[in-house]
Amino acid sequence: MTSVKYEKDSNNIAHLILDKDNAPANLMDIAFADDFAEAAAQLAKDNFDGVIIRSTKSTFFAGGDINMLFSTTKNDTKFVFDLCTRLKSSMRIIESCGKPVVACIAGAAMGGGWEIALCAHHRIAISNQPTARKIQLGLPEVTLGLLPGAGGVTRMVRLLGIQVAMPYLLKGKSFSPEQGIENGLIHSLVDNEGELLETATQWIKSNTNADETPASLVSGINAQPWDIKGYNIPNGVPKDKNVAISLPITPALIRRETHGTLPAPELIYATMIEGAQVDFDSACRIESRYFTELAVGQISKNIINTFWYNLKEVKASFIKSEVIEKIKFTHITILGAGLVGQQLAYHCAARGISVTVKDTNIERIKQVKNYSQKVLEKQIACGHISVDKAQRILELINSTSHCDDLIDSEFVIDTVCEIQCSEHESIQGVNGMLNKDITYRANISSLPITDLSQLTNASKNSIHMNFLPSINNMQVVEINCSENVSDSAITQCHNLVLQLNRIPVTGRTNQSSYTTRVMTAFVKEGIALIKDAHPASIENAAYLAGFSLGPLAMSDELSLSLLNRLGHLNNAHAESDSPNNHPAEIIINDMIKNSRLGKSDGAGFYNYGTSKQSDANKLLFEGLTHYNTENNDIPLNDIKERLLFIMVIETVSCIEEGVISSTADANVGAVYGIGFPQWTGGTLQFINQYGLQRFITRAEELRRLYGVRFQVPTLVNEMLNKNKFF
Amino acid sequence: MTEAYIFDAIRTPRGRGKSSGALHEVKPITLLSNLLKALEQRNQFDTQYIDDVVIGCVTPIGDQGADIAKTAAIAAGWNDNLGGITINRFCASGLEAVNIAAMKVRSGWEHLVVAGGVESMSRETMGSDGGAWANDPHTNIHTAFMPQGIGADLIATLGGFNRTDVDDFAMKSHLKAAAAWQRGAFANSVIPVVDQNGLEILATDQLIRPDCTISSLAKLTPSFKKMGEMGFDDVAKEKYHHIEKINHVHTPANSSGMVDGAAAILIGSKQAGEMHHLKPRARVIATAIVGEDPTIMLTGPAPAAIKALNLVGLTVEDIDLFEVNEAFASIVLRFQADLNIPDDKVNVNGGAIAMGHPLGATGAMILGTLLDELESRKLKRGLATLCIGGGMGIATIIERV
Repeated sequence: MTSVKYEKDSNNIAHLILDKDNAPANLMDIAFADDFAEAAAQLAKDNFDGVIIRSTKSTFFAGGDINMLFSTTKNDTKFVFDLCTRLKSSMRIIESCGKPVVACIAGAAMGGGWEIALCAHHRIAISNQPTARKIQLGLPEVTLGLLPGAGGVTRMVRLLGIQVAMPYLLKGKSFSPEQGIENGLIHSLVDNEGELLETATQWIKSNTNADETPASLVSGINAQPWDIKGYNIPNGVPKDKNVAISLPITPALIRRETHGTLPAPELIYATMIEGAQVDFDSACRIESRYFTELAVGQISKNIINTFWYNLKEVKASFIKSEVIEKIKFTHITILGAGLVGQQLAYHCAARGISVTVKDTNIERIKQVKNYSQKVLEKQIACGHISVDKAQRILELINSTSHCDDLIDSEFVIDTVCEIQCSEHESIQGVNGMLNKDITYRANISSLPITDLSQLTNASKNSIHMNFLPSINNMQVVEINCSENVSDSAITQCHNLVLQLNRIPVTGRTNQSSYTTRVMTAFVKEGIALIKDAHPASIENAAYLAGFSLGPLAMSDELSLSLLNRLGHLNNAHAESDSPNNHPAEIIINDMIKNSRLGKSDGAGFYNYGTSKQSDANKLLFEGLTHYNTENNDIPLNDIKERLLFIMVIETVSCIEEGVISSTADANVGAVYGIGFPQWTGGTLQFINQYGLQRFITRAEELRRLYGVRFQVPTLVNEMLNKNKFF
Repeated sequence: MTEAYIFDAIRTPRGRGKSSGALHEVKPITLLSNLLKALEQRNQFDTQYIDDVVIGCVTPIGDQGADIAKTAAIAAGWNDNLGGITINRFCASGLEAVNIAAMKVRSGWEHLVVAGGVESMSRETMGSDGGAWANDPHTNIHTAFMPQGIGADLIATLGGFNRTDVDDFAMKSHLKAAAAWQRGAFANSVIPVVDQNGLEILATDQLIRPDCTISSLAKLTPSFKKMGEMGFDDVAKEKYHHIEKINHVHTPANSSGMVDGAAAILIGSKQAGEMHHLKPRARVIATAIVGEDPTIMLTGPAPAAIKALNLVGLTVEDIDLFEVNEAFASIVLRFQADLNIPDDKVNVNGGAIAMGHPLGATGAMILGTLLDELESRKLKRGLATLCIGGGMGIATIIERV
């Protein structure tokens, strides 16, 4: 056995030691399934007083073998199902051995790891409290488009009840050992690894019959609760009124978040409810069948591709250089106390970085701390943060109107282009004295910048960081810089973004950023669609395709004036009805002429009631239907695919033009940065999952029907010819 | 071919479907078996000649579980040789019972059949029998399940019926029902519910509010708005993508009331009528069942009516009176709009908004109301129709003889 060791100690306790040879962590791979089965078989034959399951690694167990699952296809259904069955039957042997089984959890137990822990009768974990340990427990499978297929759904439902288990299964909510004590999934805490084994041994001894008569089964001692006669699932089964009442609407609540595009949460809920109506072993089989469906399905592949592989790649350093030493930033300066400056100051302080905000406007300076204070008060009220910690965060934020206070900064972030006022000049005055002391500096804004050369201080170490508009809490920061920027500057920028807990997407361009281009393509296509479909159909199609915001609502959020100023709308020749013109341009021009610029102006593609804040009352502007002169009503699927395809095609153009270079940046930037639907795995993965040939055929069809902008980029054809994928 | 004649149609009054309702204390078996006894007494037939008792019941569990049709026949002291079957076609169960009875007779294989329905909504809550459509997550999600109320609101949105339109409809239902009671339109067919001592428990429909006004109705909050906003409104997005927002206009007052009640109709062949000295009042000339989109769910009445009319080569104009179940106001408004039917031909004595909708019994009740009114106005043909869960629609056309 290469991954599980079976030992017996002097107390007649059998140890199942999770210890994969030559590996930093344990993995639920095929070898493990074999070894685990062998260990279980050995246990079944042996005579012992109790079982301890423990790990020799820093984590308890790393979880499922993502590489193996990612490589499965629809031809592997039997293989996947059998793998689940094998793992489950080993667990079943262990938990029904009739002797106390303890899991000793000294490190993270996520996914498959937690599922192994669940087959113990008693779970002891090392506390996170005394030291700064960060042991996390839970079942994050849903975040990769999968479900916990090694008994996780079945056991969590039977331990917690349907309602309580939902956030752990449907949202992948993780928990600490301390929280485990509260929710009843962890039975005791110890302070260190030495105590762990000792406590487990004592617990087994105290629950062992001295006289060797076969012990009767006691729930939580030598048997699982569900193996005791008379067991009921906590808080009821689907047939009970209190559970039944929530059954009709829960799918709608799930669908509200997935838009019907992500099968995992739907199938996890189905597994929970269906499993709760049958015996344990039948429930396990139901679970394996749904797991198999998800694992071999395309959508989990898309999600794993992007949220597992691509995200890791993006978070790894942009420049693969070991020469550059990464700075752990402790003090940075922010120029400009506008909204972005205020938000950024908060984010830096919340991540433990001391920050000084410089502005000449006293009123704005006052707002800096106020902003953070308000955010922190809300978090205190929700119980997310202690008053002490909030105070410490607040103390990290300083503001000044004097340049002298900025001397020891390691990084300067210029947010002045955001404020857009004469402040620019006064800040420039600061530059002379700053440069000699500052290592790196970056311009930053929530506004996409078209041309970096417009910015001041374009020097070797100057970079533009694009904090995307804060709608939908986008997590991406796009880093753009021209060719002459040093590797170390990019690396440190990248580094700072990670330190701020954001995802860096890097592009070497001095033109429009990737995310700006792709988002603009989306908005313009949405506007063009007004000629071909009912405006509500456009927004609903975007919803059904998995976008969190329709293109018309998105345009209103961004405002046409911004898009226009950036030059993306390029509507100079819109009056002439040339076929080369984007069909959105005439509409955009009219909207601008009629001062319907967007939400901040009170009217755009939507009418906003008296209260501008209230999105709930907004309604599409009825005048839009006049542009659909021929009363077109194109198929819903065409609307969805026009929106998706145009963004994908724009992405390929960005790759071709060198605006971004990596597939991972493209996929991650699209999903995290501009809300491209998760199920697709990003703009380039969209092509892979659609199939290159099929994609080309469909794009050609869209071009024939709706215009030259759907022309398939050469790169896609090249990839197809080389039999390659993005 | 054998014709199916209606000899009699009776019902109980409808009691408020809550524990405070007058009929809550009365078991559903008692409601139904007493009604069967009343049918027997009024018509003086020998129950050994009854072939079958077909009873609609939509929540056939608990007090009204198992096969309440046969149980009620036994409890009523009817002859052992007859059959009893409980059927569930959701809200149309009562009319489906009539249609099945008519088909049985027209087949020539049976001669005298009792059709009807029973529902004690105060005792067995609507939906408490579960079922895969709403309660099995996988089925629910993949068939785009949406509750009826949201469908009714969507129908109003699609048809442009605003809150005032549906409230106005509701108010008229109450006024018409009150007027009908006043002039004795229901006197011959409503059998008061009495206890074992003969003491009266309920003699009239309990929910009618002749004093309601548009402004009093306007005060009520929409019933399905919150539920819709929680997620159900989004379920309709795919099929009804032209709709930006569902206008939630239905309230408890412009939707059918929950009530307890039962109905029974005696249907048989000409031969059976002659044998038992029963006077044929009308014949069932056409029946139809259709299915439409299950998500919006409640658009079935118009296509069902057309299907039934086509069967006998009639048009909408050939029908003198319509009974369209008032599940929700928008259902009737849409039916009238779809088939261009004037107000004075539809639900002339009010409907379920005023008097209540005892799910399994309503179809048989409105057919009885239709027959009474055709007789009192000396008109010839009437059509009864209901919208049904799952997107179905039902229609029955009767002609006086």
